[in-house]
Amino acid sequence: MERADIARALRRIAHEIMERNHGAGDIVLVGIHTRGVPLARRLADAIGEIESVEVPLGSLDIGLYRDDLASRPAPVLGHTAMPVGIDGRTIVLVDDVLFTGRTIRAALDALVDFGRPARVQLAVLVDRGHRELPIRADYVGKNLPTSFKERVTVHLEETDREEGVWIEKRAEVAL
Amino acid sequence: MRHLLSMEGVERAVIEGLLDDGDEFLEVLDRPIPKVPTLRGKTVATMFFEPSTRTRLSFEKAAKSLSADTMSFSPGTSSLSKGESLKDTVLTIQAMGVDLMVVRHAATGAPWRVADWVDVPVVNGGDGAHQHPTQALLDALTIRQRFTTLDGVRVGIVGDIRHSRVARSNVWAFAALGAEVTLVAPPTLLPLDATTWPAATTSDLDDVLTELDAVYLLRVQKERGGASVFPSLAEYTARFGMTVERFNRLKPDAVVLHPGPMNRGVEISARVADDPRALVLDQVRNGVAVRMAVLYQLLGGERDE
Repeated sequence: MERADIARALRRIAHEIMERNHGAGDIVLVGIHTRGVPLARRLADAIGEIESVEVPLGSLDIGLYRDDLASRPAPVLGHTAMPVGIDGRTIVLVDDVLFTGRTIRAALDALVDFGRPARVQLAVLVDRGHRELPIRADYVGKNLPTSFKERVTVHLEETDREEGVWIEKRAEVAL
Repeated sequence: MRHLLSMEGVERAVIEGLLDDGDEFLEVLDRPIPKVPTLRGKTVATMFFEPSTRTRLSFEKAAKSLSADTMSFSPGTSSLSKGESLKDTVLTIQAMGVDLMVVRHAATGAPWRVADWVDVPVVNGGDGAHQHPTQALLDALTIRQRFTTLDGVRVGIVGDIRHSRVARSNVWAFAALGAEVTLVAPPTLLPLDATTWPAATTSDLDDVLTELDAVYLLRVQKERGGASVFPSLAEYTARFGMTVERFNRLKPDAVVLHPGPMNRGVEISARVADDPRALVLDQVRNGVAVRMAVLYQLLGGERDE
């Protein structure tokens, strides 16, 4: 995917979120660190252009909810911020790549510590398959069928100073 | 980092990593449910061979906020009073199944001995007049919150430096982070090796008072012979106490720290202690957060090096 493809996909997802939820009234966009955070901001901007509303934006670091702390170094923590109460709201979690589903599982656990949303939806730029948990996305920028051994790299201007999605063969199988 | 025993020689990047995580844990402590599942199934033993209230409670709160279980140990109620050795005690507790030990002991070096004997990470919760690294971390975080950095911040540490593990830890942490540290004490209460510390020394608080951004008041340790090392408490207050008069001469944005428990009217006047620029309660709150950061990093897997 190139810059223009990413922009088109996000614009479509913004429309789909509006359509599915009959507007932006109850919505809170919550980006998952690292690249879900800028993606959530872009979605908020796109929704703002369509409906002239300001959608509340949150960010979530799921490092503290991982299930593999003992087997890898403690990850550096990103910033978590929930600007509004989430009770009764529609939360749209935003991430760059949906893979095993473990990150989303952790994000759901984190979210319920902040309150009881009416519903939680998931938007991802890329769904690459290989789920290990019963989790699916509500909004998908692009389905990318991949081999488990491949690596999907998403780079965004805000975090990487370049923009695009690549599939690479892994030099060695780390998993 | 396998253990956290001392602040001496710890690199700036390591300290900053702990403070950065501490900032994030402050956010966790502000949540509606101030608890994360990170250390579920882990057990933290707080082994305080010397009395303590705040440090032990702070470590226990930190462990519980990360969903670890805690076991505590205090000397009065233990087999120590039946003559069990330190080594037998810690090996017994390790055999029950613990993942990390916090050790406080009146004897300098005791946590290092424990770290040699056991297979789990050890955190020094204060050993004699030697080191108290998590105190240094929470103090550094408190100052950093006020000034956004410690680079170039002028910190005076005032009081009985010689008998203070807080001073011995803080001076290294502050200096590593770029602060300019001045030790302020009567000549008899400066450590004999103070020339090897990364700090200037003086015996005249009033001489440096107006240049300081942060004044760190050490507690007069009556239990370690505190009162007997000065002619009188009144004289101590007159020369080294943070009186209202001295407080009013500080820079307008200068802050006052104290590790607690405070002797109001001795090293700090009651009115100063209750002023918003006295950060004592911020220090306590930050203590829980930095101890969460320490437990989190020590109980993570090994870093690839």
